[in-house]
Amino acid sequence: MNEHAPIDHAKLAESMPLEDINVSDPKLYQQDVWMHYFDRLRREAPVHYCKDSPIGPFWSISKYKDIVSVEVNHKAFSSSSTFGGITLRDRTGDLELPMFIAMDQPKHDEQRKIVQPIVSPANLAKFEGLIRSRIQNTLDSLPRGEAFDWVDKVSIELTGQMLATLFDFPFEQRRKLTYWSDVATTDLNNPDRLINSEEEREQVFGECLGAFMQLWNQRVNAKELGGDLISMLVSGEATRNMNPREYLGNVILLIVGGNDTTRNSMTGSVWFFNQNPDQYAKLRANPALLESAVPEIIRYQTPLAYMRRTALADTEVGGKMIKKGDKLAMWYISGNRDGDAIENPDQFIIDRERPRQHLSFGFGIHRCVGNRLGELQLKILWEEILKRDMKIEVLAPPKRVYSSFVHGYQEMMVKIAP
Amino acid sequence: MPKIHYVAHDGTDRAVDVPEGETVMRGAILNSVPGIDADCGGECACATCHVYVDAAWKDKVGAPNEQETSMLSFVDSVQDTSRLSCQITVTGALDGLVVHLPESQH
Ligand code: HEM
Ligand code: FES
Repeated sequence: MNEHAPIDHAKLAESMPLEDINVSDPKLYQQDVWMHYFDRLRREAPVHYCKDSPIGPFWSISKYKDIVSVEVNHKAFSSSSTFGGITLRDRTGDLELPMFIAMDQPKHDEQRKIVQPIVSPANLAKFEGLIRSRIQNTLDSLPRGEAFDWVDKVSIELTGQMLATLFDFPFEQRRKLTYWSDVATTDLNNPDRLINSEEEREQVFGECLGAFMQLWNQRVNAKELGGDLISMLVSGEATRNMNPREYLGNVILLIVGGNDTTRNSMTGSVWFFNQNPDQYAKLRANPALLESAVPEIIRYQTPLAYMRRTALADTEVGGKMIKKGDKLAMWYISGNRDGDAIENPDQFIIDRERPRQHLSFGFGIHRCVGNRLGELQLKILWEEILKRDMKIEVLAPPKRVYSSFVHGYQEMMVKIAP
Repeated sequence: MPKIHYVAHDGTDRAVDVPEGETVMRGAILNSVPGIDADCGGECACATCHVYVDAAWKDKVGAPNEQETSMLSFVDSVQDTSRLSCQITVTGALDGLVVHLPESQH
């Protein structure tokens, strides 16, 4: 047998014992073969128990409607970092990072309400002009007729700029924000990891906290507070007395929340249109379709593959009994390909009738606060690309991230026609 | 069939017949009344079906339950007449109900 023959994952996923399937394996996402395993799980074991994996035993919820039912049942299914938080790998003890995405009621609600106004439609309208002019500058400065990495030059660049804007962070240091976000999500088993140990991660977090403490103190001493996120945290009843670890947690949450997700949707969008020229022709003929194309891009990408919960009590889901203390993953990436909820789910179709019926933003009390902001950035990006009628050629399939949580791209080489 | 009035943010009144047992959200979707997104399809999990119940109808419609109250607490420009329309079931007693739509769903 030739050991170097590529594995046929479509076949393997169907033939291997059900109980051996481990959809938390980051390689499945790096190699872009995850869909075969979920096709089988949705069909044969929509609530599936993996009894052994490097991150311990866990349940996988793979059908759209079961995922919604777990999301809504936040009394039984906790997001709290006390039990391990929102990713399958437990981060407890000293490594626990408190942030409201990983808190339960009532503290979650109090802290979320502070941050919410910054991404309200009214506040977003104020940011729109600035976002647009920054996107225009970035697009106009791209090389023409020459290969470059879209991930670095556009997706990372634009999301970094956006974060700097939201935090009113020193603009010329914006790549630091990107770096902190990447360190926060890097998988230590990834051959391309940025850091080598949890200690190193803590050290980088220390730098991040130092920089943000400085901004915090500037705001505290300022005569007048601006509309940026840190000013909101400084003045908010529920957040002004946070301890440094909590402040760090919330900063990291906003950086990661607004970074990877939007970045990978931006790269994904170019890839999808490249693979589906008929859809791009449709959009080019009718740019108004962006309204539905943007949510479709976000569904099709599913930038966060899952969120984890921990059962606080024995609870039944889809006919299976989840035991108190068990951890489970709600696989948005699978629910978004569930034919019982979405028609032709494996197709990228930019004019769906109800394009916002997807799981990429989650549901329930933790539903993404930044959803409209993420959509806005994508919408402006494509409005400006269309206005310039840029012809973006993808030179090779993208290199993907080694992670079962962040579903995204490392590199995508493109060339824009001169 | 009970008639439900959906008053848009600009004041336009769209009155449609909604069968008993359907929700106020579904009434809008079924009749293509704009202004209600209903991303979660009625599971009380997205809060994009937010409406303001007309003051005259507030008592008849009743108060939100706990889950709805949680979801409403994250809604932009929430008022004490706010409800999630997927949680209001249409009955004969609600014939003529007036709900006002917010400027946008978030
Ligand atoms: C396409 C872009 C985005 C996607 C796909 C996305 C996805 C998600 C998901 C899946 C959740 C968890 C939902 C759940 O547990 O039910 C979430 C929560 C969150 N997101 Fe996003 N997000 C995006 C953009 C953003 C942006 C731009 C920001 C920054 C303002 C942001 C900030 C947050 C925060 C703070 C939470 C925690 C909410 C809570 O726990 O109440 N996200 N997001
Ligand atoms: S439709 Fe989602 S909460 Fe009503």
